[in-house]
Amino acid sequence: MGVFSREIRSLGRLPKYQHTIKLDKCRRYSTHPPNARLNLPIEYSTSPLLAQSSQAALQNQELPEDIRNGTTKRMNLFQSINDALSIALAADDSVMLFGEDVAFGGVFRCSMNLAENFGGERVFNTPLTEQGIIGFAIGVAAEGMRPVAEIQFADYIYPAFDQLVNEAAKFRYRDAKGGRSAGGLTVRVPTGGVGHGALYHSQSPESLFTHIPGLRVIIPRSPLQAKGLLLSAIESNDPCIFMEPKALYRAAVEQVPIGAYTLPLSKAEVLKEGSDLTIVSYGHPLYTCSAAIEQAEKDFGISIELIDLRTVYPWDKECVLESVRKTGRCMVVHESMVNAGVGAEVAATIQEDKDTFLRLEAPVMRVAGFSTHIPLMFEKFTIPDVTSKSAQVVCCNERG
Amino acid sequence: MRMAFAPRRALSQTYRCSSSISQKPGSAGVRFPGAVDSKFTNSLQFEHPATYPAIPTYRAMSPEGEIIDPSFEPGSDELAIQMYKNMVAVSVMDLIMFDAQRQGRISFYMTSHGEEGTCVGSASALEPEDVIFSQYREAGVFMQRGFTYDNFMSQLFANNKDNGKGRNMPVHYGSAELNIHTISSPLATQIPQAAGAAYALKMQRLIDPNTPPRVVACYFGEGAASEGDFHAALNIAATRSCPVVFICRNNGYAISTPTLEQYRGDGIASRGIGYGIDTIRVDGNDIWAVREVTKRARELALKDGGKPVLVEAMSYRISHHSTSDDSFAYRARVEVEDWKRRDNPITRLRKYMELRGLWNDEKEAELRANTRKDVLKAFASAEKEKKPPLRTLFEDVYEDMIPDLKEQMKELSDIMERYPDEYDVSEFEGGKSSLSN
Repeated sequence: MGVFSREIRSLGRLPKYQHTIKLDKCRRYSTHPPNARLNLPIEYSTSPLLAQSSQAALQNQELPEDIRNGTTKRMNLFQSINDALSIALAADDSVMLFGEDVAFGGVFRCSMNLAENFGGERVFNTPLTEQGIIGFAIGVAAEGMRPVAEIQFADYIYPAFDQLVNEAAKFRYRDAKGGRSAGGLTVRVPTGGVGHGALYHSQSPESLFTHIPGLRVIIPRSPLQAKGLLLSAIESNDPCIFMEPKALYRAAVEQVPIGAYTLPLSKAEVLKEGSDLTIVSYGHPLYTCSAAIEQAEKDFGISIELIDLRTVYPWDKECVLESVRKTGRCMVVHESMVNAGVGAEVAATIQEDKDTFLRLEAPVMRVAGFSTHIPLMFEKFTIPDVTSKSAQVVCCNERG
Repeated sequence: MRMAFAPRRALSQTYRCSSSISQKPGSAGVRFPGAVDSKFTNSLQFEHPATYPAIPTYRAMSPEGEIIDPSFEPGSDELAIQMYKNMVAVSVMDLIMFDAQRQGRISFYMTSHGEEGTCVGSASALEPEDVIFSQYREAGVFMQRGFTYDNFMSQLFANNKDNGKGRNMPVHYGSAELNIHTISSPLATQIPQAAGAAYALKMQRLIDPNTPPRVVACYFGEGAASEGDFHAALNIAATRSCPVVFICRNNGYAISTPTLEQYRGDGIASRGIGYGIDTIRVDGNDIWAVREVTKRARELALKDGGKPVLVEAMSYRISHHSTSDDSFAYRARVEVEDWKRRDNPITRLRKYMELRGLWNDEKEAELRANTRKDVLKAFASAEKEKKPPLRTLFEDVYEDMIPDLKEQMKELSDIMERYPDEYDVSEFEGGKSSLSN
């Protein structure tokens, strides 16, 4: 649906005109103020959140043993999604993949070569209609197949809101003894800010779906995670919304195990242990969280725990509560607007749990997008960055 | 295994459009990729809908019950009687349940007076393994496929035997055994789902050629056809060549809205052509015509690897929209009475049967008395049945009950424990004991 989707795609392909524009102008988007200490570009090639070596990837205790004894391959996020889709299509004839422009490889390259390898009956373009794509997919799932439907941008999922909320989420509940459901359905949707996506190529509508019983909402942070979580979503007998942070499609590169593996849904992961503050986040902001943590630990001599929710609903409350009982402080971080976002749910859950509430040494803080839309020229001022997170850590430190 | 999908051929289909070659000088027809068969014209002329004749309405039997076309072969006498009994069953059940709602014994009801022919006739032409999606005024479809009075009553009373475990409003029937998906209230959502289900059936036959050829039949009203989902569904069904028969019940009204305020084109049928879909309009009060049209539509839907077909069945909604509606607020009583008396599917088939000596007043009286007795018997036993266990509230949201819901179930149980007098749970199977983990 996105009118700019093709432009965004061509940016990925390094268009020729880039060479003709003076370099100093080009840099305005990617550079940082000369004296900046916090808001520096994220160094994905050294990020501790990514398995930079094969050994690091295979150490993951969540992976099955045969995979840990296997090998890895360097992949970015779109390649690992492609890998997962390819594995799912090969393993199960009932899996199919469709949406707008998926047949030629997808506007973000996630379905490259899949139509060629698995046939146009299983990997195909649909007409440009989001409500049609999801309605069609629910019907496919209701007859026992495993459709993976793509919505080109999360910003365009709203025409399908009725089908997702009233139909996919309620199908099993209302069919009851019939036992039929839309559980085979997985909806893949690129999400989040990308620097210049403005109003309709930047949104993170996850909390609209975390309010809906019956849906599982999953947001991976890296290629390794994306592959395992996507395969879990496709295998899951509940309808899953799988939100792919599109800023990471090319940026996040890591060693990804070869072969089929799944990672658990509704299970958070402690990415870094700490004792003074818990930061809870998911998806793309984890990278800025990680950078902010590194800086804050250096500046204040404190120790911060970082948790990736991975599944934002139904979410892993126990992991978060346990961490906050230990640290006494919590900060929730997400890109989407602060009002009624995932942070509100996490904060409320923390204060509702008696044992955790009594351990709190500071109010739970939310660092999230301002309650505005995402305007082209002002994106970097509304989506939380390293500085905004560091500022909150300072607050948290001072109050505590 | 996956080679069964013949990827090479499939791909040439997928990329069909990208190979169009631009206009040659002096060519008479269009080569634009968006409309390949169009000829050029030098006369500037808009296409006026009014210059196209309305799509004709197919009928096989006159309102007097005579077969008009001598070459038309109606079904057997047994079938006529069976369909007649099913139509009468629906109309008798409708009368009883409408009153039951008025007495407050069930919360809601919707009758299908005037549309029994469309539902019973079309369902009679489907195979039992064909999958059905319906809107809510298709009791005749359920009846024809073998939904029992007990099934109907259990759902209406939301009791322990209800397939829907008491979760849905009355009339939201469903049956996995009969391959009918459970009805949901949002209008038209089932139409793209039907297209997807049809695609699934087509794929299942590709994977395993021993699977019998199946179609999906999808019912909806002319009002629902104004929803975006109708547009999405017909377009996607056509582009993906899905074996689905769309059956529109055009009964003249969407609650209070007459068709003049619903659309300005030639009904719903004229739209099918725009989507590239084989389309027919049929007299919904003529059960033989509906049956024959559905039979042919089913064959057509399975031809050439599958394709959608649109059937628009014309009828008149004799009933109120629902028990929450008094239709005399927006239409004249005389209009309704006229349709009821002059032309309705039940009397038309009855006249057909009388002409053939299959039916008489005595048989009619006996059928109505017996039907009434059977409905009331099912009614009484369904009303006495316990409601589903309270635990049912929390189940089936997900495949497995998630921790949040287990906790909330315990919360409800604790509240009932502390305030036992505030809740009457005696009518629910197992009382509050079902709430324990």
